[in-house]
Amino acid sequence: MATTTVNQNASLASIIERRRESILAEWLREMSGATRRSDLMKESELQGQCGQFLDLLARASGTGTNVQAAAYEPLREMLLDISRVRVQKGFTPRETAMFVFSIKRPLFTAIREAHGKDPVAMAEQMWSTTELLDSLGLYTTEAYLKSREEVIRRQQEDMLELSTPVVKLWEGILALPLIGTLDSARTQVVMESLLEAIVQTNSRVAIIDITGVPTVDTVVAQHLLKTVTAARLMGADCIISGVRPQIAQTIVHLGINLLDVTTKATLSDAFGLAMHRSGFSFIRSDKKEKRDN
Amino acid sequence: MAVVSSEATAVATESDIVTVRRLVREASAKLGFSLVDQTKVVTAASELARNTLIHGKGGEMELITLNGPRVGLRLKFHDHGPGIRDIQLALRDGFTTGSGLGLGLGGAKRLVNEFEINSQPGEGTTVTVTRWK
Ligand SMILES: Nc1ncnc2c1ncn2[C@@H]1O[C@H](COP(=O)(O)OP(=O)(O)OP(=O)(O)O)[C@@H](O)[C@H]1O
Ligand SMILES: [Mg+2]
Repeated sequence: MATTTVNQNASLASIIERRRESILAEWLREMSGATRRSDLMKESELQGQCGQFLDLLARASGTGTNVQAAAYEPLREMLLDISRVRVQKGFTPRETAMFVFSIKRPLFTAIREAHGKDPVAMAEQMWSTTELLDSLGLYTTEAYLKSREEVIRRQQEDMLELSTPVVKLWEGILALPLIGTLDSARTQVVMESLLEAIVQTNSRVAIIDITGVPTVDTVVAQHLLKTVTAARLMGADCIISGVRPQIAQTIVHLGINLLDVTTKATLSDAFGLAMHRSGFSFIRSDKKEKRDN
Repeated sequence: MAVVSSEATAVATESDIVTVRRLVREASAKLGFSLVDQTKVVTAASELARNTLIHGKGGEMELITLNGPRVGLRLKFHDHGPGIRDIQLALRDGFTTGSGLGLGLGGAKRLVNEFEINSQPGEGTTVTVTRWK
């Protein structure tokens, strides 16, 4: 009976509960020494996070030290959130993980004081607490890396989107230089913006340049054909340029029928044709010829 | 036949298809494939990977480098999807059960030197292609 009471009083949960304020104060001090980034985050926000972490840790630790267990779900959720926000704010992975690791010293002080006369129990609890905090720290680092990958992926997508602008080459002539991978939802967006631009500028010829597209497979071809058909319905002719020899060969092997579509090897060939079709012609001025001679 | 290296990669998302193309391009370039042959095998891989993802509900690609007596690249696309009931029909140009052009499978076959489909309805599909240097 007596032992149970002692154990109860010395559980991590009860230690945290009884000494919450001093642990919290020491933890915040610890962080201001190591990795506190007051330039990136307000003091009050950090205090709130620390308090919440302690409460969630106290609640979950009663059930064991397996951080994958359901009892730790709220705590994991919170660390995931913290990591995500810190990625956005520009914290380093170290600064993010230190949020968890810097609680060690204040918590160990509290454990040592709680166990005063029982070194075996103290050592045991320190060990299990270390394991627990290490797992939580690693979890935080993983969550941080995942969030950062997500951010990078999104940035890459954004960049691809930016790299496909519709440009007006001449009165009534548009060009869409496509760059990169074409088979995602983005293709749809790019093609739609071309159709929109055709209407807006009242263009009669649109050149789709695929020089920057490494692979033309059936999905890419299907997008191209759909766009050509839609443009035609709006009164504009499409020319596909940048069809390199290796791409021409694969298109033939795939059995894609581009016979109804005008294709050109280079953008400048396509532009020449577009000018011709629109009734423009080039004349080299005498002056220029003289200077060249 | 000497297998120099073999590695598997997941085909579970749209971005995995991009990865497949990159891996196949790198491997074929390393083997010294001409630009035309690189483009052919990459395009075939793109078609088969997309079939694995869309029709096969995801799976994986095994990339095998063959060296001696002939140098080549062998790709195995494997899934546990619904399988193909009539392989001859699936290979026919223009046949599709989805919204594609129905050219992927037949096209991939024309882009490689060896082509084999193993498929059991309800079990899954394995498509193996080889392109020799
Ligand atoms: N891995 C697979 N698992 C199940 N069914 C498949 C698989 N691969 C192909 N098929 C079937 O074969 C048909 C033909 O495939 P194919 O790749 O030629 O055309 P598609 O994928 O429908 O269109 P696309 O021209 O865009 O490739 C598909 O519509 C599908 O029914
Ligand atoms: Mg297909």
